[in-house]
Amino acid sequence: MSRPRIRWHIPIFLAPAVAVYSAVMVFPLFNTLRLALFSKIEQQQVFVGLQNFQTLFLDPNWSEQFWNALANNFWFFLIHMLVQNPIGIALAAILSHPRLRFAALYRSAIFIPTILSFVIVGFAWKLILSPIWGIAPSMLDAVGLKFLYAPWLGKEEYALTTLALISVWQFIGIPMMLTYAALITIPEEIVEAGEIDGITGISAFWKIKLPLILPTIGIISILTFVGNFNAFDLIYVAQGALAGPDFSTDILGTFMYRTFFGFQLQLGDPHMGSAIAGAMFAIILLGVSIYLFAIQTRMRRYQL
Amino acid sequence: MNMTRRNGLTALAMHGALIAYTLVALFPVFVIVINSFKERKAIFRAPLALPDSESFSLIGFQTVMSQGDFPLYFQNSMIVTVGSLFFILLFGAMAAYALSEYRFRGNRLLGLYMALGIMIPIRIGTVAILEMMVAAGLVNSLWALILVYTAQGLPLAIFILSEFMRQVSADLKDAGRIDGLSEYTIFLRLVLPLVRPAMATVAVFNMIPIWNDLWFPLILTPAEHVKTLTLGSQIFIGQYVTNWNAVLAALSMAIIPVLVLYAIFSRQLIRGLTSGAVK
Repeated sequence: MSRPRIRWHIPIFLAPAVAVYSAVMVFPLFNTLRLALFSKIEQQQVFVGLQNFQTLFLDPNWSEQFWNALANNFWFFLIHMLVQNPIGIALAAILSHPRLRFAALYRSAIFIPTILSFVIVGFAWKLILSPIWGIAPSMLDAVGLKFLYAPWLGKEEYALTTLALISVWQFIGIPMMLTYAALITIPEEIVEAGEIDGITGISAFWKIKLPLILPTIGIISILTFVGNFNAFDLIYVAQGALAGPDFSTDILGTFMYRTFFGFQLQLGDPHMGSAIAGAMFAIILLGVSIYLFAIQTRMRRYQL
Repeated sequence: MNMTRRNGLTALAMHGALIAYTLVALFPVFVIVINSFKERKAIFRAPLALPDSESFSLIGFQTVMSQGDFPLYFQNSMIVTVGSLFFILLFGAMAAYALSEYRFRGNRLLGLYMALGIMIPIRIGTVAILEMMVAAGLVNSLWALILVYTAQGLPLAIFILSEFMRQVSADLKDAGRIDGLSEYTIFLRLVLPLVRPAMATVAVFNMIPIWNDLWFPLILTPAEHVKTLTLGSQIFIGQYVTNWNAVLAALSMAIIPVLVLYAIFSRQLIRGLTSGAVK
């Protein structure tokens, strides 16, 4: 009996992907978590254990910014969950109507903001909302609502919500497309069976279709969560690294960027930056675990 | 009679809602593009009017072309996007083939390891990535971006491609083996052509985030000669913030290539999104 020969083609097929992924993604991820346990003292890298995290959570110089960024991030996420996903699902529900004309046209048009870069989206909305140009105030004036206008991006109390809504405008195409994909796979017979029982129109959506697409809504929620807790670009483009006015739009991404890369006169601190990255990692991991273990396993999957 | 009338009303309401939202989605893009073709006074006097013979002006585009090196930024973005897509597809397809075709020890574990990256954003590791790129002398090199985007794109690419490769008929591959084809030839000549639609889906999914990314260009390639279009237009607009013609023209120039790409690939993208590749 001869030893089985080594099938060299298997490692050759696998090697490039495993090497690039491990070297550029997995290794730096763990190395960042490791760097969070060190600190630079007199040009020397010293192991300090969890002290950076203690500073981040408790030292008033840091903790105020950290909890502010975290709270803002949750608000940012909440707006997406309450505005982006319901509107996206509603649009998908209309689009999936079997006898709707021009559905493909609407679908493509509504998806356009999603393909634009944050630079375009951020600046375009900055211009439109700008009191100098005056498009937003004069449009509100045309419908008699001018008193509602305020320089939303410049006011501490409105800026974060405004940016969240701009982000909703940009990304609404994603929940819309995913929900649409789920809705069109629901077999005609199920809907027809409901019709015979007298369930039609909107109640058919609530009672038959929505329960069937719950797994998709779960996926949309976790994608929104990961995307929001990893966001940076829009805030940076619209408000700069300082996430003004007075840090009212600061989220974890901008906070981490400022900390590890430095800005203006403040020098970058890779170790504190890594600690923030560690906190972001923990939050995302927690969210994904809740989704995988608590939501996905309990959700009933219907065999279609 | 009553029924048809009710259906008519429902259709009207549906179209009304969709048209309203389509206007919300397109209005900002429309305003930016029309105003970029107008002279300064007209931009402020009548921001919602189309450019006419009197207000038409290309002054903004002239400023952009003479002040910023947009053709170079565009070229850099192209190199990074096409390069990353090439490696994601090649390495991703190779790994997906190995994972879906051969049985070997650790197959499932390796698949799980690669799938972890689908949910964990690569940005978390930025501090160490920057440190590594500095050590490797790759800062301000387009290779740094290509490597990062390839690593980021591989997990989902492998996941999607291996799903599709499992559907390729085993008889076809066995016929190839009987004819004496090597495993490499079977992969290249028989399997790859059959999963072309899935490859297109993966390419389109990765193309937009890579082209639009601001984070990694900002950190890894801030030098003038390697700026991508996204970073280049962000910095240009930041400098010319009071020159409305230039800002609007720069925004239009950033929008138009994306719209052209979208016009070409939207079918593929929408088919990919709706085929359940992400489920």
